[in-house]
Amino acid sequence: MAEDKSAPGTAHDLLRIGQRTFRSRLFVGTGKYLSLEIMKQALDASGAQVVTVAVRRMALADRPGETLLDYIDRSRYTILPNTAGCYSADEAVRTARLGREAGLSEMVKLEVLGDERTLLPDPIETLKATEILVKEGFSVLVYTSDDPIIARKLEAAGAASVMPAGAPIGSGQGILNPNNIRIIMESAKVPIIVDAGVGTASDVVSAMELGVDGVLLNTGVAHAKDPVAMARAMKHAVEAGRLAWQAGRIPRKLYAKASSPQKDF
Amino acid sequence: MQVKLNGEARELPEAMTILQLLEWLKVRRDTVAVEVNREIIPRARHGDRRLEEDDVVEVVTFVGGG
Repeated sequence: MAEDKSAPGTAHDLLRIGQRTFRSRLFVGTGKYLSLEIMKQALDASGAQVVTVAVRRMALADRPGETLLDYIDRSRYTILPNTAGCYSADEAVRTARLGREAGLSEMVKLEVLGDERTLLPDPIETLKATEILVKEGFSVLVYTSDDPIIARKLEAAGAASVMPAGAPIGSGQGILNPNNIRIIMESAKVPIIVDAGVGTASDVVSAMELGVDGVLLNTGVAHAKDPVAMARAMKHAVEAGRLAWQAGRIPRKLYAKASSPQKDF
Repeated sequence: MQVKLNGEARELPEAMTILQLLEWLKVRRDTVAVEVNREIIPRARHGDRRLEEDDVVEVVTFVGGG
């Protein structure tokens, strides 16, 4: 059989972010799991090569026990520290620097939020932080709203990847404005990764069918009834959506068009 | 000697470096970052940097997140 040059997850279809390349286009978070063991199994089932983590004060009162990193094989996964919980550029820059020191990786998922109720990105602070971190040599994967103008400005500021939200964080609403994502894709030269808001596999397929370079998700897997099964579903969804986009879908038409010959019977 | 450690006042048994502090706390060093008075102290300098009275020390690590 001839080799399938377009197959997702092969050496022919790598995702490049900054200096790094990945076979998997699914990035997964490590938050909200019932146990670290379930998280570990879900990461495995997802096929992801990049996992996001948060940077927090170490719990020093506790007896030294198992930590998150005991459950993440660092030879297999690239750790992507985030700046979740930051509401200003200054806080986010500080958190990114701490994450780099703790993880010894130049990649950061920059997230600067506007308020706690909506968890929507603050575009102005996000842009400010991007500029600072790029100057400091970070590879900035920046979480943002699905606004094409902001996306363009973040790219111009040197972001390694722009990551528009499909829907608000943890909302599971899917891709609320596919048209905006499509407009972002038109001019983007860096990878576009839909980050946040996907609830189930079909949301991931929809995102990938728009031609985005990847999907980052957490809650959709972590809070599924069976997180490991959902992780597997998400893995297939990313691949199915990628293939469908590469294959090129038929145009939508108002009227039927028969698949079988209509005469000569 | 007293320092502020992760937001709380802590009495240290003796003067110590960051390296000694982390050992005293029984903390895994490979995935922590340490800030003293808002300045990150790189891992390579943990053995040299002595803590002083009233230093504000933050020891951070990775936890689950999206």
